[in-house]
Amino acid sequence: MKPTDIGAPDYLHKVVDCQWACPAHTPVPEYIRLTAAGRYSDAYMINWHSNVFPGILGRVCDRPCEPACRRGRVDAEPVAICRLKRVCADLKDDIRHRLPKPPAQKNSKRIACVGAGPAALTVARDLAAIGYQVSVFDSGKQPGGMMRSQIPKFRLPDSVLDEECGYIINLGVDMHYEHWVGSLRDLLAEGWDAVFVGTGAPRGRECDVPGRQEAAAHIHIGIDWLANVSFGHTTTTEKRVIVLGGGNTAMDCCRSARRMGGEDVKVVVRSGFDEMKASPWEKEDAISEGIPILNMLVPKEFRHDNGKLTGMLFEKVRAEYDAKGRRSLIPTGEPHVLMECDEVLIAIGQENAFPWIERDIGLEFDKWGLPVLNPVTLQSSLPQVFFGGDAAFGPKNIITAVAHGHEAAISIDRFCRQRDLLRRPTAITNLVSQKMGIHEWSYDNNVSEEARRKVPTKTLDKTLLDIKLELEIGFDPFLACAEADRCLNCDVATIFTDKSCIECDACVDICPTECISFTANGEEDELRARLKAPAKNLEQALYVSGTLKTGRVMVKDENICLHCGMCAERCPTGAWDMRKYFFKTAAAGAEAPRK
Amino acid sequence: MTYFAKPKLLRPDTPKNALGYTRRDYEGAISSLCAGCGHDSISAAVVQACFDLDIQPHRVAKLSGIGCSSKTPDYFLGNSHGFNTTHGRMPSVLTGAALANRDLIYLGVSGDGDSASIGIGQFAHAMRRGVDMTYLVENNGVYGLTKGQFSATADKGSKNKRGVVNTDSPIDLVALALQLGATYVARSFSGDKEQLIPLIKGALRHRGPAFIDVISPCVTFNNHAGSTKSYDYVREHNDAVNRLDFILPRDQIEASYAPGELRRVVQHDGSILLLRKLKTDYDPTDRVGAMNHLQERHAIGEIVTGLLFVDSTSESMHRHLNTVEKPLNQLGDAYLCPGNHALEALNASLR
Repeated sequence: MKPTDIGAPDYLHKVVDCQWACPAHTPVPEYIRLTAAGRYSDAYMINWHSNVFPGILGRVCDRPCEPACRRGRVDAEPVAICRLKRVCADLKDDIRHRLPKPPAQKNSKRIACVGAGPAALTVARDLAAIGYQVSVFDSGKQPGGMMRSQIPKFRLPDSVLDEECGYIINLGVDMHYEHWVGSLRDLLAEGWDAVFVGTGAPRGRECDVPGRQEAAAHIHIGIDWLANVSFGHTTTTEKRVIVLGGGNTAMDCCRSARRMGGEDVKVVVRSGFDEMKASPWEKEDAISEGIPILNMLVPKEFRHDNGKLTGMLFEKVRAEYDAKGRRSLIPTGEPHVLMECDEVLIAIGQENAFPWIERDIGLEFDKWGLPVLNPVTLQSSLPQVFFGGDAAFGPKNIITAVAHGHEAAISIDRFCRQRDLLRRPTAITNLVSQKMGIHEWSYDNNVSEEARRKVPTKTLDKTLLDIKLELEIGFDPFLACAEADRCLNCDVATIFTDKSCIECDACVDICPTECISFTANGEEDELRARLKAPAKNLEQALYVSGTLKTGRVMVKDENICLHCGMCAERCPTGAWDMRKYFFKTAAAGAEAPRK
Repeated sequence: MTYFAKPKLLRPDTPKNALGYTRRDYEGAISSLCAGCGHDSISAAVVQACFDLDIQPHRVAKLSGIGCSSKTPDYFLGNSHGFNTTHGRMPSVLTGAALANRDLIYLGVSGDGDSASIGIGQFAHAMRRGVDMTYLVENNGVYGLTKGQFSATADKGSKNKRGVVNTDSPIDLVALALQLGATYVARSFSGDKEQLIPLIKGALRHRGPAFIDVISPCVTFNNHAGSTKSYDYVREHNDAVNRLDFILPRDQIEASYAPGELRRVVQHDGSILLLRKLKTDYDPTDRVGAMNHLQERHAIGEIVTGLLFVDSTSESMHRHLNTVEKPLNQLGDAYLCPGNHALEALNASLR
């Protein structure tokens, strides 16, 4: 193999598994260290710059970082990254003076954002802070989009939403509430310099089986029902409720129903338990609230008595996989199952809908009804119109919407300044040694052996009675510190200087996971097999040095390194060093590097 | 030196040996030697050898004298018996322990100061008595604990860190061990674990005195140009006579070499030493030939390494002395101290 180029933009970034997995590339280990040090406001600002909604995401993020966390590979469970984010939001001081001040002199460019969800608010923040005049149009009465309408209050209180949306609006964003944009043609005619569409995936998928129309009064679409609950239009449910679907919306529906009078609430899913789309922790939460999840059941019929729903009929199925791994659900042939119920909530998926965009104005849609976009710039076939969030590529999650918002803001800024949209500003990176003295590092390199901490909650007997009472209390400073201590500081990278190495084997002998080998060079497949610990995880890179004096090379498997720095402590020549890699994504307004 | 413990987290696919132990179970306390010390590599080689041989840690007794090398038993086999003797007295204490309990595996760890200076008499007698032990010398050619004076194994003409030339002749412990009757004699290098680990394994399974001289660079005082015990010098002048593959009786032999390239030695316990010849005319069962080869190569500045001599037909000290098979601690008071009556009978038989 060729020597690894650690200067390549992605190499060290990929080693920081959590940051790499985060769509917005939040510098996770950095804010975790600051949280542990009690510097909550500093930790909050790192988050705020990167993911815009730390308090919100610290409660309801889909957490792509946690399955990626290195802890999960070398220990039982990942670091509770998401809830540590909440800690810095909960415990910070007043940070308003640290927020950017929009320039007094605007740059005379006017931007319209359709929708006031996470994607559009991110665009508004990024652009308002550098002098754009941004107007946001939303049909609702308050900002937040689906974060406010679809996420139940016992998971995300309004106060958190108000605070973090407020930080953005106070940058001088013009908010137009209860303003339904009915025509993109008309909007474009108003002469905006650019339009951002962040209208989400607002249409819940229908379950069209017999009895749906007749019993319609007792059957609701999940996201619409959640919005009605959220805004207080719906305040009670029937006693026996069935929730159809296996995603996070289904989990929100069943847990909300449980808090509104539902005594016998169950979730019925077509697929198996493990294949459900809901995050594992959301399933756990539902089960812990006494909600059974029943799998491998396909809805066949709504049973009703003159329009009064009495139950639902399901067909039992089993999963079969073909040679390509595609699943099909085969009826088992057993008798159908009848479940009695008084109300059904359908949460089997969401779809995009753009009834307000005329199809003859030059904006192209693909066969799935999604806009044709450049995947990097998020620009549509109408050059001044950009998309982001669920409206761009179908339903994903909040953090992806935020990441889209950042990219769209960069694109809009470059578009308004007549720059090439594909030449984009690059991330800011930095690599600095953490050596403070002999055996002294500026990070806590002692590896914690503690188990993941559980987030304290209020008791169920109280929270099941009040849908607005937040269930989780959040980590206190002590729990937060203990949990933060589990972070392996993957951003503090092991950097090897081959010229300094005397091949004494000290690093090999001390490495607790045996991830360092000195061996003859070879092709990657063959080399992976004959390392001291065979490197079986092909998604993780091998760090290969240049040729050493004995003709061998140093090969380090990035997969299982604990970043404990023992190699650097034991190295007599400083050939190993622990250097902190800081990676900050580009922000709108930055210049692209010269060619 | 490192001041906190090695993290206990293990990678998920950490291998376990037949006893269900991981390599970590054979480690000891964190080393307090200088970073990069060759001795730490030797400790790691001992850990690996014991892991591979499925040795129960509590069946090992590790004994040492004084010095950097003699500190190392603290850094491996944390669950074994240990004894730090006074300076140079490891061989006699080990001999006593071996006489009292032949069931344990005896590992003596010493250095060039401990064995070639203050303890040279002890070293010589342990070899000639045929004590069943592995005698490991971690040889760096300097007194590291007292700031790097030449030791008795430093080559004549080699330079210390400040450029002073050594004028005394060196003691070659391998030559002494050969002459004094050791039945397994090897030399290796701390920077070459592929060679060292099988040599330690063969020694631990050898019956009789097994001596291994391991050249182990002192990174602090003896790893400079002009030293003959530096990483660079030893690598440039390493003249290996053979490569050893150690095979347990239970293992299948998968070596395929042309006849004449391979020498096979079966030890007392059935373990097999497979020697890949690097010098075609070298015979590891010829004691005199080994001594000659050693002298010839030393004269031109080469360092001969590998398994230099092995005699798998030797008899151990216990046979010579007709000692009791059962460890003394299992014999019971009545047997060990039969009383006045027995003493009188013995005395009477001598009158």
